[in-house]
Amino acid sequence: MKTRTALATLVGLALAQGATAQDDPKLRADNVPPEDRRGGTLVAGQHITVTHPIGTVASGMRNIAGAQLNAGLIRLNDDYEPTPYLATSWEFSDDGRAFSFELHPEARFHDGEDITCTDVAFSVKTSQENHPFKTMFTPVTDVTGGDSKSCTMMLDSEHPALLTALSPGLLPIIPEHVFNDGQDMQSHPRLTADVVGSGPFKLVEWDGNDLIRFERNDDFFIEGLPYLDEIVIDIVADPSTLALGLESGQYDMASLWSGDDIVAAEANPNLKVIDKGFEAIGSIPFIQMNLRHPNLEDVRVRQALAYGYDFDQYNSLVYAGQHRRQCGGIQSQSPFYNPDAECYEHDIEKARALLSDAGYEEGDLTIEVSTYPGQLQTAAEVLKQQWSKIGVNVDIDMHPDEVTMLSEMTAEDSDYQIGLVGLWNWGDPVIGVHRSYNCDNRKVGVAFSNMSWYCNEEVDALLAEAGAELDTEKRKALYFQATDLINEDVPVIYASNEVWYTRMQQDVQNPPDGVWGWMDSWAETWIDR
Amino acid sequence: MRQASKIAKRLAEAALLILAVIVFNFMLVHLAPGDVVDALSSGAFGDASEEVNARLREQLKLDEPVLVQLCAYIGNVLQGDFGYSPVAKAPVMDLILPRVAPTLLLAISSLAFAVVLGVAIGTYAARRPESGFSHSLTVFSLIGFAMPVFWTGLLLLIVFGVWLQWLPISGMVNLRLPRDATLIERALDVGHHLILPTVSLGVIFLASFSRLARASMLEVLQSDYVRTARAKGLPERTVLYKHALRNGLIPIVTILGMEFGVLLSGAILVETVFAWPGLGRLAFTSVLTRDTSVLLAILTLVSVTVILANALTDIVYRLIDPRLRVPEAT
Repeated sequence: MKTRTALATLVGLALAQGATAQDDPKLRADNVPPEDRRGGTLVAGQHITVTHPIGTVASGMRNIAGAQLNAGLIRLNDDYEPTPYLATSWEFSDDGRAFSFELHPEARFHDGEDITCTDVAFSVKTSQENHPFKTMFTPVTDVTGGDSKSCTMMLDSEHPALLTALSPGLLPIIPEHVFNDGQDMQSHPRLTADVVGSGPFKLVEWDGNDLIRFERNDDFFIEGLPYLDEIVIDIVADPSTLALGLESGQYDMASLWSGDDIVAAEANPNLKVIDKGFEAIGSIPFIQMNLRHPNLEDVRVRQALAYGYDFDQYNSLVYAGQHRRQCGGIQSQSPFYNPDAECYEHDIEKARALLSDAGYEEGDLTIEVSTYPGQLQTAAEVLKQQWSKIGVNVDIDMHPDEVTMLSEMTAEDSDYQIGLVGLWNWGDPVIGVHRSYNCDNRKVGVAFSNMSWYCNEEVDALLAEAGAELDTEKRKALYFQATDLINEDVPVIYASNEVWYTRMQQDVQNPPDGVWGWMDSWAETWIDR
Repeated sequence: MRQASKIAKRLAEAALLILAVIVFNFMLVHLAPGDVVDALSSGAFGDASEEVNARLREQLKLDEPVLVQLCAYIGNVLQGDFGYSPVAKAPVMDLILPRVAPTLLLAISSLAFAVVLGVAIGTYAARRPESGFSHSLTVFSLIGFAMPVFWTGLLLLIVFGVWLQWLPISGMVNLRLPRDATLIERALDVGHHLILPTVSLGVIFLASFSRLARASMLEVLQSDYVRTARAKGLPERTVLYKHALRNGLIPIVTILGMEFGVLLSGAILVETVFAWPGLGRLAFTSVLTRDTSVLLAILTLVSVTVILANALTDIVYRLIDPRLRVPEAT
């Protein structure tokens, strides 16, 4: 409730008054290290390789490294409220079509060049031309201010998702004087070599398959930050090695996405495990259904499958009970999530009745699943067993990896039936939720588009209206209506709300546990050692 | 002359074999559904737009017919250009070259560990074939050979890395090593990190080499010339190491060349478990990320290495056993 109430005032405040400069923009000002505890090296283990750290041109886990290297205009606090970062103050015009902000007077890139409106304009333009999330900055027509620190972003329509999109993970501010040389941004050599950033840490060593090393930026524009001298991110594909590395003390922190390792870590007195963080990512495993397939075009069949799904058993067997229930496409900790949304509670009789009404004869459905990560195989087996109780036999089609599976699911005239995939909300429904349901986002060959090939004009209209509505309460009401309609149509069964845990040594202070989790600045993290 | 023409013929056969391997691997990789652009736009790499995907495919020439791509690839490889990795945003050789040394270090260490210890254990067992030690070796060989390398690795990690905390869990260097560490400190650090991966990878070969050494030495120690040497009153040490071992090593050397390919495949698993920054680990992540350029380059290099290793084995074999040297024509 606190989160939603706070966010309910977010846009209103920003519109009416604009944020004012704060003397101390730290988000963890209540836990500052003493002088003799500052410095040191934090070693973190993660299991996902990254191609480059520049989140302006692509999304994904690169933002973990990217948020250390580059700053954004704002940061979101634990209540999803924007707080000053590169932008010290801002305000919207009365009609919501102009967003004016002041850049920090001391903000400079790692090569000493001032960060100006030119760099912000270039970053936005680069994002518009390269980033897959087109909805983030489509309404932005211009950023004025030139080489000054007083900028204005011009919009051709109201855009309530704008502030979220200005987070470091979604719009890191990159140097125009480095990248604006005519080379293609997707293959620019400065993405990984001689990298110049705007954030609390400088890149010392880059190998996206192996190891990323940062050192503190002594000229960072926030006084006293960062606390650490060095961050090392060790990329290790094997989760067992990560777990053992943490237990042995080799790592201070390790990424973890639920399961038996969580249970083991929680039992270790030398470690602490937190389930806070990454809420804005909003990872939701989908049981995605292809509405083009004759077996699934009848909504009663899809509803029956939803009733046949037993979350408690699924969560227990697949995720060692570590996930949360999810009853809509907007993740359950978002302020736009409807807590009263109807969930399909497990009911075998109701499922059978619906199948009978639909004239569904006992037949086979096929689930597409990737062998990596391994828990998806277990998930498919559990679904097979659950749906057999309602009279639906399931074949499992195993793919060697997610790429192969998604290629098949998004092929032209794909006849896949059900696929196990995961989608992320990315902070605001406009950015990461609309894409799964918009009629015009049914795209061949594009992963994480509307892969159910779902189309409901009423839902489209509601989403479009919500995407442009500045009044938060009205916006919530629109998303609630859309969620209800989508839930009735069931193009997707929401398997769970995936909790991303962080395990760490007991002496790690201020771990990156904000709404963006590791994809936010670690400038305030320190080690009490 | 005959020797030289035999070597030339051998080299030509090796070159043809390498070409065949390149073509086969290229076709295999490109016939699999999905490509590197699909990988870049999925999962944790980040969702990509249609426009970006189309642009990338054009840049990487993935929209051209496979045979056209193959010819272009072979042409580039012959000039030493293994292409560009769109995943790492770097030329392929920039990724591979720094990883050759760590893999060679691991491979050579593992082989040396397996050969030296295996021959020593096998020779000792051969001198006392009915002893408890000799029978224990048989059991150990069976277990060591049956255990998957990654499982051995994980067990060693748990015992020596977590329970005893004697040895590091992963990597090649201490990530907290000060920047001003001396060369000796760095070398010792690498050595410290090398122990567990070496033992993990080497155990399976230790098992087979020790067993092979035992059998080979048993046979050699029964030979007439060994009996003659003993009858002449030579010290047992001289009989064993100067006369018997040289012949007893021949099967070991033969197997050595053949096992090199197996060693490299084992290195992929060990490097992944121990996060050792070698070619094996790069190959593993390249498979996951569909970085076909890197994968093909590694496959080519490994094939070349195995072919050369077998050729080298042949040469060494001939050096050890003069009966195999081709006489000059008279």
